[in-house]
Amino acid sequence: MHLSPTLRISLLFLVIAIAALFFADIAITTANPWRDLGRFFLGVATPDFFSTEGLATALLRTVAFAFVGVALGGACGFLLSLIYRFYPVRIFCAFIRAIHELFWALIFLQFFGFHPLTGVLAIAIPYAGIFAKVYSEILEEADPGPARLLPPGTGLISTFLYTRIPDCWVQLRTYTAYRLECGLRSSAILGFVGLPTLGFYLETSFSQGLYSEAGAMLILFYVLIATIPLWVKPKLLPVYILGAPFFLGDGMPIIWGNVERFFTQDIIPAPLRDGEGLAELGSWFGDLMLTEALPGIWNTLLLTQIALVATGILTLLAFPLISNHFGGPIRRTSGHVFLVIARSTPEYILAYILLQLWGPSMLPAVVALALHNGGIIGHLIGRQTNTIQLRPDAPTGYRRYSWELVPRVYRSFLAFLFYRWEIIMRETAILGILGIYTLGFYVDSAIQQIRFDRAMVLILITALLNIGIDVLGRYIRRKLALQTMPTC
Amino acid sequence: MAMSFIRKLMLSSMLAFASFAASAETFVFTAIPDEDETRLMERFQGIADYLQEELGVEVRYIPVKSYAAAISAFRNNQVQLAWFGGLSGVQARSLVPGSQALAQGVEDEAFYNYFIAHKSTGLERSDTLPEDIRGKTFTFGSKGSTSGRLIPEYHIRRIFNEAPDDVFSRVGFSGNHTRTLRLVEAGTYEVGAINFAVWEKELENGNINTDEVKVIWKTPAYPNYQWTIRGDVDGRYGEGFTDKVRQALLSMDDPELLESFPRSGFIPTANENYEPIRSVAEQIGILD
Repeated sequence: MHLSPTLRISLLFLVIAIAALFFADIAITTANPWRDLGRFFLGVATPDFFSTEGLATALLRTVAFAFVGVALGGACGFLLSLIYRFYPVRIFCAFIRAIHELFWALIFLQFFGFHPLTGVLAIAIPYAGIFAKVYSEILEEADPGPARLLPPGTGLISTFLYTRIPDCWVQLRTYTAYRLECGLRSSAILGFVGLPTLGFYLETSFSQGLYSEAGAMLILFYVLIATIPLWVKPKLLPVYILGAPFFLGDGMPIIWGNVERFFTQDIIPAPLRDGEGLAELGSWFGDLMLTEALPGIWNTLLLTQIALVATGILTLLAFPLISNHFGGPIRRTSGHVFLVIARSTPEYILAYILLQLWGPSMLPAVVALALHNGGIIGHLIGRQTNTIQLRPDAPTGYRRYSWELVPRVYRSFLAFLFYRWEIIMRETAILGILGIYTLGFYVDSAIQQIRFDRAMVLILITALLNIGIDVLGRYIRRKLALQTMPTC
Repeated sequence: MAMSFIRKLMLSSMLAFASFAASAETFVFTAIPDEDETRLMERFQGIADYLQEELGVEVRYIPVKSYAAAISAFRNNQVQLAWFGGLSGVQARSLVPGSQALAQGVEDEAFYNYFIAHKSTGLERSDTLPEDIRGKTFTFGSKGSTSGRLIPEYHIRRIFNEAPDDVFSRVGFSGNHTRTLRLVEAGTYEVGAINFAVWEKELENGNINTDEVKVIWKTPAYPNYQWTIRGDVDGRYGEGFTDKVRQALLSMDDPELLESFPRSGFIPTANENYEPIRSVAEQIGILD
């Protein structure tokens, strides 16, 4: 039997995920998960907006950190994108974006402490890497024609500004706006490690079971994201960007001696620091690999593969919710609301909520990753089906879904899915901080034990794993000739 | 309405920003987040007000999200005083030469833990840790906690001669003592380890459903929580500042403040008193 390459690769990933399920720790361990879930939804239905005095300030800080971080990341990313063709630059960018915002925050916390710079850099650095890559892809796609028509002797900068930029302007703007939305999510979750953004209060309320408070925060966060087109206007942007640094809040002054100590002592592997020689270093590293890195890598891979396939399945189920080819306006509207909520909630927060409700295992993480990523891809695919014109006599219902629409969008579906593969792994690793035994768990443990040398090695391993998945994902997309525009 | 709200927001942020610039001479302290945060905020805001009055300098409490964050803030001199657990205190003092344990709670001289179990396990209180906890699910408190992690793990290893991962079918870290209590009460974990002070206080306040969860073993005593101060504060806040802080802590007698810890009072202590904690931490491999 002949199978198409796209189907073959789909089945291969499905089989891997099913096999991974056998090794994964999937369970609901709470005695009354549904009662807690009910209490949570009751809390969201009865939000209490006035319980925490700091709520308004937290929202303001969340926005401020997002603006400063994304602006700085965008500016640096743009400059990097101009020299992105150089191989070392590519490697550098791949590396800085392979480390999650929360990991960056955990690193900076150790020497900048609770200074606003910690939060700003935690967002700006990985975002610069992402911006550099995407901006350079967009700029590369620009039509080279106009440049050839310029009179000889036109300066490089003028050429760039007058031919390249106008051609890509819309895409650059769209993508930057999308990143701003991501920046708000990143900014919110930085609160979970102690920065003064929304996550700080969300964690407090949730861990104490104050669901009405938590519900209020989530609702405000959704409103904030859903209203971005209303309050982020091109004319207001300079005001926001110039004003935001003043709203980052009062931190603690930076003590530069701490920075020096971190780089010259803290992250030097213990055996070298104590002058115990290379043999000791070998056994130190071997022990770290065996007891922490390998179990962490294994669990990270298992969870990533399961979450990837779960995301795919959810996407295929969810896109009809907003497709014009099915249902009436009421169903489509509720479909939109569902998908907006799913994609606006950061995976980290979703996983945190589900872990509280269902108890620790990989299940909450799988569901959180699938909901968030499925929400994003489902939204994109749903919108894509709306551009498809079907014949008037096309079948309806399930047949329309399976014979008309899915085959038409399947290639872009796979393209988006493989594009997000690396993103899912980044998140999978970080979810370890919540207590699932992925790499983040061991990074967090090392930091809790003030062993930054071990933490740094584990973060490096996480980054390398991520780069590996990124390369593999791109290889598969190229092999299958799948194309996406970087809009997700 | 909206404008005035925005104006208020801007104003409050400006103020906050201004205070950041002026914070250089503020005496800042933190505490390990071992309990529900709302409770910690109430408790330590009270302490901040008390110390400010006693010391005559501006005193500020900053809440942190993890034990390590408390230690790092202390090490980085962003806080000068901290309410640490036994282990976090040992870690912090080894990282900051010259720092000293100033005072501990009366109860901290001989602190102990409870192992608690959900009713479904059928476990009863006994004089030793019951063999039957093998194969159950188990939760520690925070990864860096003395009473939530170090001491329970020490006894588990001592009694079973195995790592907790091998003794129990599932091992988790709840995050803090209050959460350990809630998780075992709800049956999410069958067995857990909790510090006795939190248990007794919750019991007294009627916050424990004793039909669902009960104490099954009490650990031997060990030294725990203490106030630790950096060695360089005298240079920064004036000669004799350390003694002033010690005196202020020792003479704290407001029943409401003490009750919030809960401690009956504070007594002097010294770094050496925590040697047992260090050696246990080294045995388990948490400290090098």
